[in-house]
Amino acid sequence: MTTSVAAQAGSPVEGQLRRLVEVTVNGVHRSAEVEVRRTLADFLRHDLALTGTHVGCEHGVCGACTVLLDGLPVRSCLLFAVTVAGHAITTIEGLGLLQPDGVMKPSPVQQAFRDCHGLQCGFCTPGMLTTITAGLEANPHPTAEQAVDMIAGNLCRCTGYQNIVEAVLRAAELIDNPDAPLPDEGFDEESEDVLGSLNDSDASTKARTDARRKGEN
Amino acid sequence: MKPAPFVWYSPRTVSEAVATLATAESDGSGVKVLAGGQSLVPVLAMRLAEPGHLVDINMISGLDRIEVTVGGVRIGALVRHAELLAHAEANRVQPLLGQALVNVAHATIRNRGTTVGSLAHADPSGEMTAVLALTGGSVTAVSVRGERVIPADEFFVGPLESCLEHDELAVSAFFPASPAGSGSAFVEMARRHGDYALAGVCAVVSPSATGGPPSVRCGFLSVTETPLVVDLSEAWAACTQGNEDPVMSAVHAAIDPQDDIHATAEYRSHIAGVLTVRAIHAAFENVRPRADAGGNLGRRDGVAGPMSVVRSEQ
Repeated sequence: MTTSVAAQAGSPVEGQLRRLVEVTVNGVHRSAEVEVRRTLADFLRHDLALTGTHVGCEHGVCGACTVLLDGLPVRSCLLFAVTVAGHAITTIEGLGLLQPDGVMKPSPVQQAFRDCHGLQCGFCTPGMLTTITAGLEANPHPTAEQAVDMIAGNLCRCTGYQNIVEAVLRAAELIDNPDAPLPDEGFDEESEDVLGSLNDSDASTKARTDARRKGEN
Repeated sequence: MKPAPFVWYSPRTVSEAVATLATAESDGSGVKVLAGGQSLVPVLAMRLAEPGHLVDINMISGLDRIEVTVGGVRIGALVRHAELLAHAEANRVQPLLGQALVNVAHATIRNRGTTVGSLAHADPSGEMTAVLALTGGSVTAVSVRGERVIPADEFFVGPLESCLEHDELAVSAFFPASPAGSGSAFVEMARRHGDYALAGVCAVVSPSATGGPPSVRCGFLSVTETPLVVDLSEAWAACTQGNEDPVMSAVHAAIDPQDDIHATAEYRSHIAGVLTVRAIHAAFENVRPRADAGGNLGRRDGVAGPMSVVRSEQ
């Protein structure tokens, strides 16, 4: 990999300040000429008018801007649009399912958030939905503890996470069976335990969860 | 919270990249290499750094390889944390990789962040810097002047400072295989899930084949300015059941934690001592039979998968 690379003399490449960026967003070819410092988040919002991706902290902490890059969740505020040229991006706008009759239907994860009241102000929701959509593809049947781990990188300041964790589990249920009955109304003791154990042993939860997930895949 | 303007370069080969690095900085405005960007882009967004030139290596082919041999694991500069974590053979040969990687930020960050990039970032609270130091690994850097292999103990020179020259590109890192009959573990404590650790410890233990005292070595993060490796064999040998004070005292003497808004130096010191004891115990539990040492790639039957030895320590 590294041997004699320096021996093959290369020429410096030309630097750029602006560049035409072509990407596939939600299955559609899109392009715009942008400053090279344009983050993917701002590219989506300002240049492609896809404002569903939310920009919170702009330094990779909050998770609101999470999109899928070639299917994997990434922070769009930590990527430059020029770096991901040629790749496939999925945003919140691309999660809904187009029915044969032309009507858009919520994806199982979106439906689960509605069923479980998984959002209040909605600011974190696009990042939550993209993260969970990919998370459930990697691990279709998460435990409550694994559901907590799945959303650990996404901040929500409204819900206390309780209903979001329930929505992850509900989404897994809906993916298996779109007609699964709604969970019982009211307080759920199981997820209370989930959040309690998170506070006690977040590191061990994470290690165990990752270990288990690796084992399953 | 937007990066200052910079000139962006997109080389397709390592030789183009190093030629670009060598010439880009002629105006004195600074040049940085962009790989995963999970540390660099926040730094740019907060304008803690405003380099005039950014050499984006993401289009270079061949830097995304993981090469596993009996001797160890070599990873290219574009190997993402998540790819290394998922690589079964790499984690068989050096289980400490996966044991540490699950602690690196969140899964979403690991999808993009590169392991070599985190080494080049040289953050003393970085998990993989500590692992490179403890395993005695190295970083290979290339410039127009040629290639050099830099041992871990020379690579890190200060907080967020490696010995890489501005025109050098870290093209790969090498983590030696875990020694035959050894065990390892990684534990850390953070205020919030996925945050920088207040303190973290990785341990490698090797029980003596001849019945003597075991070798016990630990690497530390977030409590020193550069990754610190301490041989705790003697201190461990002085410990008795229920009394691990010798190890904790040795740790407190070796580290130099600082006060900040997250924790006092005293608290970090306390945590480091406690975590060290936990890491050592966990490492002993993870000791693999000599026949199943990392170098033995051929044997697969009846051997626990690499991730099954990841420890949870709370």
